[in-house]
Amino acid sequence: MTNPEFTSMTVREALRDGMAEEMSLDDTVFVIGEEVAEYNGAYKVSQGLLDMFGPKRVVDTPITEHAIAGLGVGAAFGGLRPIVEFMTFNFSMQAIDQIINSAAKTLYMSGGQMGCPIVFRGPNGAASRVGAQHSHCFASWYAHCPGLKVVSPYSAGDAKALLKSAIRDSNPVIFLENELLYGHSFDDVSQDPGYVLPIGKALIRRAGKDVTLTAFSIMVDKALKAAEILAEQGIDAEVIDLRTLRPLDTETIVKSVMKTNRLVSIEESWPFAGIGSEMAALMMEEAFDYLDAPVVRVTGVDVPMPYAANLEHLALPQVEAIVEAGKKVCYRS
Amino acid sequence: MVNSISQNEALQAYHDMLLIRRFEERAAQLYGMGLIAGFCHLYIGQEAVVVGIQSVLKPQDTIITAYRDHGHMLACGMDPRGVMAELTGRVGGYSKGKGGSMHMFSREKNFFGGHGIVGAQIPIGTGLAFAHKYKEDGGICVASMGDGAANQGQVYESYNMASLWKLPVVYVIENNRYGMGTSIERSSAGDTYYERGKGWKIPGEKVDGMNYANVKEAALRATTHARSGKGPYILEMDTYRYRGHSMSDPAKYRSKEEVEHIKEQRDPIDHFRTYLTSELKIKENEIKEIEEKIKAVVLDAVEFSKTSPEPDPSELYTDVLKEEIAVS
Ligand SMILES: Cc1ncc(C[n+]2csc(CCOP(=O)(O)OP(=O)(O)O)c2C)c(N)n1
Ligand SMILES: [Mg+2]
Repeated sequence: MTNPEFTSMTVREALRDGMAEEMSLDDTVFVIGEEVAEYNGAYKVSQGLLDMFGPKRVVDTPITEHAIAGLGVGAAFGGLRPIVEFMTFNFSMQAIDQIINSAAKTLYMSGGQMGCPIVFRGPNGAASRVGAQHSHCFASWYAHCPGLKVVSPYSAGDAKALLKSAIRDSNPVIFLENELLYGHSFDDVSQDPGYVLPIGKALIRRAGKDVTLTAFSIMVDKALKAAEILAEQGIDAEVIDLRTLRPLDTETIVKSVMKTNRLVSIEESWPFAGIGSEMAALMMEEAFDYLDAPVVRVTGVDVPMPYAANLEHLALPQVEAIVEAGKKVCYRS
Repeated sequence: MVNSISQNEALQAYHDMLLIRRFEERAAQLYGMGLIAGFCHLYIGQEAVVVGIQSVLKPQDTIITAYRDHGHMLACGMDPRGVMAELTGRVGGYSKGKGGSMHMFSREKNFFGGHGIVGAQIPIGTGLAFAHKYKEDGGICVASMGDGAANQGQVYESYNMASLWKLPVVYVIENNRYGMGTSIERSSAGDTYYERGKGWKIPGEKVDGMNYANVKEAALRATTHARSGKGPYILEMDTYRYRGHSMSDPAKYRSKEEVEHIKEQRDPIDHFRTYLTSELKIKENEIKEIEEKIKAVVLDAVEFSKTSPEPDPSELYTDVLKEEIAVS
């Protein structure tokens, strides 16, 4: 990790730098959303962009998500590369029709003529104590839809390099960030404006031989912590940071399971029809003969997010639950 | 001020507005102490709006608003204990601690929330009005939104249906000049929100929302219109919020002078107090008595919100679905 080419910064700064670099390289790239310009972003991700690029390219909007998304799609059809910020992805529900019906499907419906190079980005998943309408991971919702790419990075370096790829991509990309990670620093950020990471490639963050743990975004942090605890108990876990949910890097996951023969899938959202369900199906289809134990899903509890501190803690996947799941698939609980 | 306010009514209005202000000040303190978390949007400055409107409502009427909802709840008679305990996430709260500041409800008081998604309460309020008409229960719905929310498309989709079907609903736009850090000048191409129903033939008026008597008068016109079967009515309340958008907002987008100026010139409570003593000749000690009473009520709510226990862990799984099935 102490490669001189990489520097340390927060996820928040890395995302801003990623946008700024791409805006410098391509003047069709612009940022639009609520409070992105003069307020410097509700979560300060677009800090300084207005000063750097001016109000033509950093655009404050009224509170009108459905129209912002639709306007973005139109601008993309018209030859621009919009970065649409949702203050949080909870509010993308106001706009989901434009995202799915207009952005994701039009290339197909036009027999390949159209295409919509647009990034929808913003914080996704639970923040802290903001209740059910503001705490929701939409990874599996968007990952369900053909015509979209869905990225959800963990580290600052990945956030920057993947956001740059998302902006350069010719397709609509849903870019799911995490509010609680914004302030975390990572020393893996490239300062080279040409450096990008491919969408669709997972990363093995910890190599191991006994069990595969898959996670994305803030859950990678918990998976790594759980892996440390499992190591103390003699279980050597491999932690895969999925980074992209659509297209999913099935090759990396299957290869890992061929080695460990066990899979625990971790996500913050609800279990039903979630990313973990997809993992289980993937194992049935592509790694059935290699499994020594049924796949276990660690997910948020199947209820809307409660506000009370104690209940919120219980509703979210915690490190202990991942440790338990790791032991269970190794028949050690 | 109009002369139609009796001493009793005036004292009640003063009580209700001051209760909201003192409650909110305590909520801010509890937030600072870490007892309240997440988003918490205070109503300080806007008290005359809800108290004025509430004064003309009937028990069967329904109320709905967004997340800046503590004032609406206290005005419609919900228990300060239950509201404060919801803010601290305790089982004694209106949602058993599961909703928090933005998501509280009371069937008993016909308060339908408490909504965290900007603008989403407006079609819902329109649906409540639909139900009033359908059931012919004589009720109307008062659906409130901010100046920011007034730019959401679903507001206009609601206006159309409400007018088309003459639904008994009063839309209240609490124009406090900002939606988070964006002033109305930067968010709205036209700032006459009360006129925005014109295309759908909905009457509207702009009201001094810092003045209890003016709010009451206008609310009476609006509710009478809606109640008599003539359809929706729009009230734009010219008001102001003194505090940041939520507890985490340093409010750098406006000057201290702007806030101070409004506090001095237009504060709904200070001005009303002066009116009580100089116009209505209410004695100072009578007002002091109310102030003391409110202090005690709010302190009691604070105490309750600290001592009410956290919800039992089993509550995590309750209230997801209802068990009963309608019988035909
Ligand atoms: C659909 C949606 N978009 C964005 C937000 C974030 N947000 C919360 S409050 C707010 C400002 C609303 O301003 P206004 O309607 O004027 O109400 P006020 O806060 O002034 O009472 C915004 C943008 C949200 N909660 N819901
Ligand atoms: Mg406002």
